[in-house]
Amino acid sequence: MTDGADIHPTARKPGAWRAGWARLPLTGQLGVMILLFWAVTVVTVQFWPLAEPLDMVGRRLQPPSGDHWLGTDALGRDVLSRTLHGAVYTIPIAFAVVLSAVTIGSTFGALAGFFGGWVDAVIMRAADVTLSFPPILLAMTVAATLGPGLQNAAIAMVIVWWPIYARLMRAQVLEVRTREHVEAAVAGGAGRMRVLTVHVLPLCWTPTLINATMDFGQVALLAASLSFIGLGAAPPTPEWGSMISEGAAKFYSWWIAFGPGMAILSIVLAASFVGDALRDIFDKRSVE
Amino acid sequence: MTAPLLEVTGLTTTFGTGGKRASAVRGLDFTLEPGKVLGIVGESGSGKSVAMMSMLQLLAPSAKVTGSAIYKGRDLITMGPRDIRKIRGKEIGCIFQDPLSAFNPVKTIGHQIVEAILLHDSKISKRAATEHATSLLADVAIPQPGERLGQYPHEFSGGMRQRAMIAMALANGPNLLIADEPTTALDVTVQAQILDLLRKLTEERGIATILITHDLGVVAGMADEIMVMYAGRVVERGSAEAIFYDTRHPYTRGLIAAMPKLDGPGEILRAIEGTPPSIWTRPPGCSFAPRCSFAIEACRTTEPGLRRVGETETACMRAEELDKGMPA
Repeated sequence: MTDGADIHPTARKPGAWRAGWARLPLTGQLGVMILLFWAVTVVTVQFWPLAEPLDMVGRRLQPPSGDHWLGTDALGRDVLSRTLHGAVYTIPIAFAVVLSAVTIGSTFGALAGFFGGWVDAVIMRAADVTLSFPPILLAMTVAATLGPGLQNAAIAMVIVWWPIYARLMRAQVLEVRTREHVEAAVAGGAGRMRVLTVHVLPLCWTPTLINATMDFGQVALLAASLSFIGLGAAPPTPEWGSMISEGAAKFYSWWIAFGPGMAILSIVLAASFVGDALRDIFDKRSVE
Repeated sequence: MTAPLLEVTGLTTTFGTGGKRASAVRGLDFTLEPGKVLGIVGESGSGKSVAMMSMLQLLAPSAKVTGSAIYKGRDLITMGPRDIRKIRGKEIGCIFQDPLSAFNPVKTIGHQIVEAILLHDSKISKRAATEHATSLLADVAIPQPGERLGQYPHEFSGGMRQRAMIAMALANGPNLLIADEPTTALDVTVQAQILDLLRKLTEERGIATILITHDLGVVAGMADEIMVMYAGRVVERGSAEAIFYDTRHPYTRGLIAAMPKLDGPGEILRAIEGTPPSIWTRPPGCSFAPRCSFAIEACRTTEPGLRRVGETETACMRAEELDKGMPA
């Protein structure tokens, strides 16, 4: 360690971002770029020089051409435009679902792990019951009960997803709360909530962060799946799942499903690339 | 004799669930006067740390603590959670063995000391608390305390961390300091510095100290009184001088004989044969008997209590026979 006199601890060293970027593996960099592309698309797609996604702009079922790069669908709408506009639905939903699942699941998991006893028993049994259903089946059931629509599909997905984060956070809290600095904090007179929020939780986020990044793609996929079977977005919304569903009906016009299919693929892959990269950076043990 | 600051009677701690329970501390009695230093010496597993944690209610709920620990007229053992929290860190400060793991790794040292101050003093401003923290670091001889406050525990060296730990324990002006093996994780030169510092600060402020250690050398220079624990009980107790020069109990003698001597020709280190009994399979009679070279038949059937023999109180039935002349 160098002499600590002139090191200001909170100041980031210049070039920290660039150094962090260089540490990412190639796949991680690719993933970040893909996710950034979709994020920018969500915000700016309405200003792009594209055909209106709901307008019938050409002849129906045209294969890809100079005018319509990804062809046209059964109603003569531009598939490229619809695919890019689809991001506006899927990505915010996936983000909101992951965020809600992390918030709800982590809160319950932290309480279960920290307080133990009947709190633990009640929360974790609820999580076990939820996890005992195949996720898509449970999501279908909930979505069908609430009625079709993107919002209900999102609620269904949060219900399916929170137990994963509850378990993750509980395991982490169980490990951290036995550490000596926690005991030291208690010996210093800290109360239970302070111990939990100040001395336990800040050390528990890494696995959740990694898992949430990876799940982002999975949630996007599940959202599309629900729309595919008609429980998510309703036509004519340019949602990827329902677009693929239309494409599946016109099997020989492969381009209809190609656009949204590749969009989903890119997001699932990018999310798992970034998640992997984050794990390599944060969890030193798994690298060896 | 002044009124005791802490009076512990019959402190017993048992662990386990249901019918099967094992006792880690068995009937500990002692008193501590203000400003005095009590050294508790014993091997790993002798119950010394558990006894201290019992007093502060720091053990898991599966531990059952009986007896009493009267601190300033109030019993720590039966105190409610709200009251004990006001005692912890305010009236009684704690120093832990491993200063790295005893700090929260994701908060700066300054943040943690300030937090300790704010916890027990809601009126003080954050600015004043930070100033107080700076002066505390200066008190424990940390150079550039202002900058050091902004650093994380991993940026401190081992000795520095233990100094910071002492600063934190002293933050709220405690009357009693419990130091649980404060120097075990440090190398020998740093160990001496830390002990010096600890002695200086507690003397200046008139803080009573309970110093827990397995190293007789650590307590030798610091303690007014020494208790030697074995298998959850006190086997010998006396002034520091008496323990070192007029000890009766074979276990204490063994500990002293096991210390390397710096004078005279080099010799092979003497160790006490065997290992301490597990708390689940403690032998009847004197717990030390299986390892004791003086043990007689009676030692294996009856467990002796503490009684005064010569300068110390000893729990050995052959204490009178084992005079200074006999080999340890």
